[in-house]
Amino acid sequence: MDFRFPNIFDDFAFCWSIACNGGAPSSSGIHGITVFVLACILGYYVVWRVTPALHAPLMAVTNAISSVIVIGAIAAASQSLRNGPRFFGFMAIILLSINIFGGFMVTHRMLDMFRKK
Amino acid sequence: MTDVIYLLAAVCFIFALKGLSSPSGAYYGNWCGIIGMLLAVLGSYISVGTSDILFSLIAISIGGGIGVILAKNVSMASLPQMVAGFHSLVGLAAVLVAFSAYWAPELFGIFGINGIRKSSLLEIGIGSAIGAITFSGSLVAFLKLEGIYRQTNIPICANGILGAAILGLGVCFVESGNATTLVLLALGSFIIGGTLIAPVGGADMPVVVSMLNSYSGWAASGIGFTMQNDLLIITGALVGASGAILSYIMCRGMNRSLLQVMFAYDQQPEVQGKNILIPAESKNYHSGSAEDVAFILKNSRSVIIVPGYGMATSHAQYAVKEMSDVLLKNNISVKYAIHPVAGRMPGHMNVLLAEANVSHEDVFELDEINKDFVSCDAVYVVGANDITNTAARNDPTCSIYGMPILDVGRSKIVIFLKRSMGSGYAGIDNQLFYAQNTIMLLGDAKKTTEDVVKALS
Repeated sequence: MDFRFPNIFDDFAFCWSIACNGGAPSSSGIHGITVFVLACILGYYVVWRVTPALHAPLMAVTNAISSVIVIGAIAAASQSLRNGPRFFGFMAIILLSINIFGGFMVTHRMLDMFRKK
Repeated sequence: MTDVIYLLAAVCFIFALKGLSSPSGAYYGNWCGIIGMLLAVLGSYISVGTSDILFSLIAISIGGGIGVILAKNVSMASLPQMVAGFHSLVGLAAVLVAFSAYWAPELFGIFGINGIRKSSLLEIGIGSAIGAITFSGSLVAFLKLEGIYRQTNIPICANGILGAAILGLGVCFVESGNATTLVLLALGSFIIGGTLIAPVGGADMPVVVSMLNSYSGWAASGIGFTMQNDLLIITGALVGASGAILSYIMCRGMNRSLLQVMFAYDQQPEVQGKNILIPAESKNYHSGSAEDVAFILKNSRSVIIVPGYGMATSHAQYAVKEMSDVLLKNNISVKYAIHPVAGRMPGHMNVLLAEANVSHEDVFELDEINKDFVSCDAVYVVGANDITNTAARNDPTCSIYGMPILDVGRSKIVIFLKRSMGSGYAGIDNQLFYAQNTIMLLGDAKKTTEDVVKALS
């Protein structure tokens, strides 16, 4: 039941440093981990302050912003010289655009309902 | 340049979530999110160049068109399905992006001395595995919420073996960098995503939906590590944390742990709890008509309305709002009580009530309102069962034992709107149905509430 984020991070960072170069922490790997850990802590505090009434819009908007991986898809679709990655990128852009447009729009619809009165 | 734009985008996303601490701020928060996304896409075009922009713009307009149509037409009652469906898209896209990173490593700068770096292979493996689990898990959740598919019991050991196989494949992939292993890894994760979610019961869907929300975030973070892009790592972590907190809140609302929700599905609660507490001969209930209920409500001073999933399925929220307006006109105070796990996703009931124009100030959470049931004259329960079931207090053998409930039984009169006398999703009969001060109003919640409104005026 109880939630202890820091332990998860420790394990993850440990595995990571091993995976990167056999134990010694690497600078590039640890940079990503640093950002990740800090963002998790930030997310933890920001999300706990969301009022329970807005949990549904929270899910919809987080769904929309997690589609930011579209920038990876754009890179693959427009830069690669090979057809495979280009096709993967193209399909991923379509899927993620559904999410981005649909997610923000449905959030907007919901929040409009909460706002009018 | 791009780094600065990505930083701004990340700040926008943080403010998008921050805005949700109040309904008015949330509206602007959403715009913040939209601006953040625009910045992110702009940044990516700056870094990749615009020579081949048309190709990706076609994809964006196809997807955007579909997204707009879906978002415009979805009814608020079927919101959980839509969110689950969207999660599955993020999952599939994460797999595709991880695959393209593997087959076009030069784009993402992940080459080492011989081939793709080991750490990058690990990230690609993690990204595609979580992505595939999110994809199939959300797909199964979607089918369940749509009512197309109900439940299949899958032995835990089968999932254990499959999980071990996936772990093995993952290690093999990182060691060898072999393409077939990557595809097998994604395939295995796809299967286990389905078999993990398939046995989870309907009442546990809020937990599952928020957990998948969290997975879609972790998948995005995984891709961020692959691309060495801080924006993706930050955003993924925010989304992952958000989903994790929501699943925790949902679990707390049911007094269960995540492990229990995911793996304790084998016990069938109906056989236990059902007949122990309530002997068959005392199973008489008072069935009332809409006129009776209208009479009771008219003679109350305070009424609390408890919405449940039944309100969503019968689209009764407008009728309920109409009823509360009539009551308010007669100087009867009306409040709404929302249980954390009412409905099929976090905050589901709040959205439905907001859709019907119920003021935010009249809606109360479990902790805020539970003490008020004692002093209220009538409780109007619209299609909710498990969240009011006293078995959660009295019957240690039932599956929802320990779950915090709304104390509706303490009020002078309880009115239950139900389609039939069947038991709720958890399969447990509710002692309150047979209590002296309970009136059952059987039938479609929307129709019966409309009848009550007619009788009131």
